[in-house]
Amino acid sequence: MPEVTIDWYVALSVILFSIGALGVLLRRNAIILFMSIEMMLNAANLAFVAFARHLGDLDGQVLVFFVITVAAAEVAVGLVLIVTIFRTKKSINIDEIHLMKG
Amino acid sequence: MNSVITSSWVLALAPEISLLVLLIIVLIYDRLIKPEERRQIGLVSAWGATVILLLTLGLWLFGNEPNVQASLRDSLIWGGMLRHDLITLVFRVMFLVALIVTSLISMDVEKLQRGEYFALLITATVGFSLMASASDLIMLYIGLETASISSYVLAGFLTKDMRSPEAGMKYFVYGAFATGVMLYGLSLLYGITTQTNLYVIGSILTGAQAIPVEANAVLLLSAAMIVVGFGFKIAAVPFHFWTPDVYEGSPTPFTAFVSTASKAAGFAVFIRVFTAGALGTPNPSREWWAMLVAMCIVTMTLGNLAAIYQKNIKRLLAYSSIAQAGYAMIGLVTFTPDGSGAAMFYLLMYVFTNIAAFGVIILVSNITGSEDLDDFRGLSRRSPYLAMIMLVALLSLGGIPPTAGFLGKFYLFRAAVNAGLWGLALIGILNAFVALYYYLSIVKYMYLYRSEEEHISIPVSRAAQVGLAFSTFFVLLLGVYSGPAFEWTLNAANAFYALIG
Repeated sequence: MPEVTIDWYVALSVILFSIGALGVLLRRNAIILFMSIEMMLNAANLAFVAFARHLGDLDGQVLVFFVITVAAAEVAVGLVLIVTIFRTKKSINIDEIHLMKG
Repeated sequence: MNSVITSSWVLALAPEISLLVLLIIVLIYDRLIKPEERRQIGLVSAWGATVILLLTLGLWLFGNEPNVQASLRDSLIWGGMLRHDLITLVFRVMFLVALIVTSLISMDVEKLQRGEYFALLITATVGFSLMASASDLIMLYIGLETASISSYVLAGFLTKDMRSPEAGMKYFVYGAFATGVMLYGLSLLYGITTQTNLYVIGSILTGAQAIPVEANAVLLLSAAMIVVGFGFKIAAVPFHFWTPDVYEGSPTPFTAFVSTASKAAGFAVFIRVFTAGALGTPNPSREWWAMLVAMCIVTMTLGNLAAIYQKNIKRLLAYSSIAQAGYAMIGLVTFTPDGSGAAMFYLLMYVFTNIAAFGVIILVSNITGSEDLDDFRGLSRRSPYLAMIMLVALLSLGGIPPTAGFLGKFYLFRAAVNAGLWGLALIGILNAFVALYYYLSIVKYMYLYRSEEEHISIPVSRAAQVGLAFSTFFVLLLGVYSGPAFEWTLNAANAFYALIG
């Protein structure tokens, strides 16, 4: 059984981050989009915690608590916006949200 | 970094603490007044912000806060979370001015006469203020998100309107993505250095002992990821896609706020991270330096070229604000005190200029109900004063004397030339010519075209008069007598560079 080193954690966090980033770019459902954004934030959290553990420093772990709190607030705001849009549009497909050309 | 709380720490944070007090006052006041007196909430917010602005300036003039002579160690307060120096003060003044004028010009927009709206403006200001003084990765991220989350709600504030929630949603998706990428960049930076304090990171990375080659590659990746978050905040190409839509769909007073305060906060982050050397000594031999210069050139050029084709005035000013971010970047990428000082002066004058322009747009679109360029036909006959204020603002954006915009651009280009970046200055000047075309075409609509409604003048409330007169006065004052203000920003930059070494 190989030992789980810092590389494994960093690799996992890179994979999670890439999945999240690709999800934001490719998926069209607003809820899935939000989940992908959450995944990106959590990939960063994982990296922070792994580095903190590996380097024997607590600051990274503290930062993660803040990120988790902020992410919760962010997603609450995001869901409010989705609900508002759903009321008028009856859809949460972001390709259909194109009143303004962008 | 000391860990004993001193009165100086509390005084350094006094503006933010007062803003939170103001926030609570606004929310309580909103519950106490009769519905027909709702308009007064904006007045409370504006007066409160004015008092806080005077307090901030008073602490500086009479209380020696921030202390210019303080060492780096002493200027890092609250356990190294914040840095209290002249740069903090310069940016705070920008944000508070933006808050005051935005509150004044919001008062007459009926749908915005709510406590929550002004409360969110205040929380966003607190966020910007913390971003500008952040000296730790944690504080940087929290400040950024405090500002961003308030901004998402404000962009989508008009829930009955079709375009506003869409603007909020687009702002949210781009914003959350950009800050997510930035956070990952910060985690890499932490991984390389084991530190979260930007100045400690800076001293490690700029120190004598060379960091391993593979760490250099990670550092570059981290820089690229942090640029995403910063580029999003200042609306630089290629992270500008949200700008036209969010500017068009959001409530116009908020557009004025986001195009000035939020952009300035983005530049503050640039100074706090890149200029401070948290990603290695900032100089033209850095790999990420070329990336920033390329971004600067593309931002100026693309913003100006796209603005020419716009028919909606808010979209036009959105592209113009992208281009203006490019100009301000010229000053920052020189990485000289002159350049940074010039960029801060430019942002200061841009706050006054752009808010004046948006103030006129709010008043006009309150009557016409849309924001097309055609609404501005015959404005000089309809409301000569409004047309004149718009003229001054547009000349300042275009960089024509005797307005502040001319001197702002002059200082920027001079700093670039002095730093040996001739090409960059030349591209900036050429771009300023292109920009004149579309700024003057708005003037053409106002002064040369006629409309059938030109006998109906546009009503301007006292609050809007004060707000517009205040910003126009400063646009002209900084244009003819910029000495003290420029010296002030230059001192801030000089003091900053002196401690970075």
